[in-house]
Amino acid sequence: MTDLRWSSLRPAHKASVVCLLLLALALLLVPWLSPWGQEHIDWNAIDTPPSPTHWFGTDGSGRDLLVRTMAGGRVSLTIAVLATIVSFAIGLPWGAIAGFAGGRVDQLMMRIVDGLYGLPFMFLVILLVVFFGRNPYLLFIAIGAVSWLDLARIVRGQTLVVKNAMYIEAARALGVTDLWIITRHVVPNVMGPASVYATLTIPGIIIAESFISFLGLGIQEPQTSWGVLIADGATRLHAPWQLIFPATFLAVTLLVLNVAGDQLREAMEPKKQGVRL
Amino acid sequence: MARFIFRRLAFAIVTLWLVVSAAFFLIRAAPGGPFDGERRLPPAIEKNLLASYHLDEPLPVQYWRYLRMVGGGDLGPSFKQKDFTVNELISAGLPISLGLGISAFLLALLLGTSLGTFAALGHDTFRDRFLSGLATLGLAFPPLIVAPILVLVFAVGLAWLPAGGHSSPKHYVLPTIALSLPYIAAFARLSRIGCLEALGLPHVTTARAKGLSHPRLIFQHVFPSAFVPVLSFSGPAAAALLAGSMVVEEVFSLPGLGRYFVQGAINRDYTLVMGTVLVYAVLILVLNLLVDLLYGRLDPRVRSEMVASND
Repeated sequence: MTDLRWSSLRPAHKASVVCLLLLALALLLVPWLSPWGQEHIDWNAIDTPPSPTHWFGTDGSGRDLLVRTMAGGRVSLTIAVLATIVSFAIGLPWGAIAGFAGGRVDQLMMRIVDGLYGLPFMFLVILLVVFFGRNPYLLFIAIGAVSWLDLARIVRGQTLVVKNAMYIEAARALGVTDLWIITRHVVPNVMGPASVYATLTIPGIIIAESFISFLGLGIQEPQTSWGVLIADGATRLHAPWQLIFPATFLAVTLLVLNVAGDQLREAMEPKKQGVRL
Repeated sequence: MARFIFRRLAFAIVTLWLVVSAAFFLIRAAPGGPFDGERRLPPAIEKNLLASYHLDEPLPVQYWRYLRMVGGGDLGPSFKQKDFTVNELISAGLPISLGLGISAFLLALLLGTSLGTFAALGHDTFRDRFLSGLATLGLAFPPLIVAPILVLVFAVGLAWLPAGGHSSPKHYVLPTIALSLPYIAAFARLSRIGCLEALGLPHVTTARAKGLSHPRLIFQHVFPSAFVPVLSFSGPAAAALLAGSMVVEEVFSLPGLGRYFVQGAINRDYTLVMGTVLVYAVLILVLNLLVDLLYGRLDPRVRSEMVASND
């Protein structure tokens, strides 16, 4: 049912996949190939616009903006991926257990999810990060820990479908324990759709990280991320390149991920294939 | 219906209690306090300071004191801004944030749904594809990108609009646009899909077969169904707008609730942080309740569910 072959993709989606690969390559290679280090200060070029020596110009401390934009992108994307893994680690068992157990357990677990939807999570994440040290580890764990709700719902839905399959009935007839059925039969079968949905949450998580770092509450100097760079650029509008380059990279990344996500979503829901989001 | 509302209110109070407790214990469990400065205070002064804010009492006592105080509608004195109570600060900041949030929400809702409907009615034409493309593009521009760029272009470059402050309605133009842009896109996508799906519903086909006029068909039959996904996104969207306004307030130096929250978090101004979190939580809960009530108006199936939940 999931048709993700290259030939079946529309041009926009092919372009988005190519863009993603190029972006990943740039993030990996540029800091390594560039003569400038991430924290290297070029005293002859402070606040200079883009030039052949500094392609994206330099910031107020004379650091190369190309290298910093790429380094910031590494941090932003790494945190996004790790936070997604954290949300997966919570959402997958939560949804699978709720769906498999059914009845009162299911009701209770999903009511908790409903209730959590109504909380001002962003604020709690900020409190957590501010009060317990602004380190990247805490940041991605906190963001991941609040973005598993959708995933739990989807996994539960998938589990309900899988639950009545013949092989599960067979396993039950053989006297296999519930835990074994969940880990060996349910989880592997809901893994596919669940991981697709998990990747769909990545743009949202990138925005969350940039948002917190933008406010000066997340990633701290000398480490950097796109949110930090944009916040710096926003206060130094006499040197607009310091805002424009990181902002463009963030926007293009979000755009490309959204377009790729649309493709995945369509492939997941063949019913809606005629209707393009 | 009344019981449905009553239940939701009870649920809301429990949720608020959980939020307050989470914030309270989170803050108290963290290392550092509001009076840790560059220079250590003499022990005697620090002791008096802690005592005057009841910070020397055992944690459960403090917790109980705070709950009682909040229950009575008093959010306490600000720890950092000595001459102000949290109530005063919040009543100064709330109108600014609410004004910004409401105008951004209305702009997103009205413009987004009209664009979405307009696109859907020309399904698969150039207009539809163009607007859909634009909406996908808009989603990639969260306020933290749009706000500084708008300042750069319209305030610094063209000098058409002020870059900060809040003295006239003009000052709210750029912040409102910056805050609403991705939500215009999101509402447009949702209403477009909603419309396309509604156009295929049996009762719409029936109405069309009956020979209903085009405007009546759209307004009476398509809109109510098309609006359901838009409505269900309204709650989360409004909550996200409230959070997003933190960034916008920062960029445009608007002294709203979001700035107080960020300042309070950085300064460890316990009462101010808890007060703002509480106000945000109340706003989000009220919005969600409103959305649920509107749901029943639009979708008869949900209405019968509400009645069914009475017993």
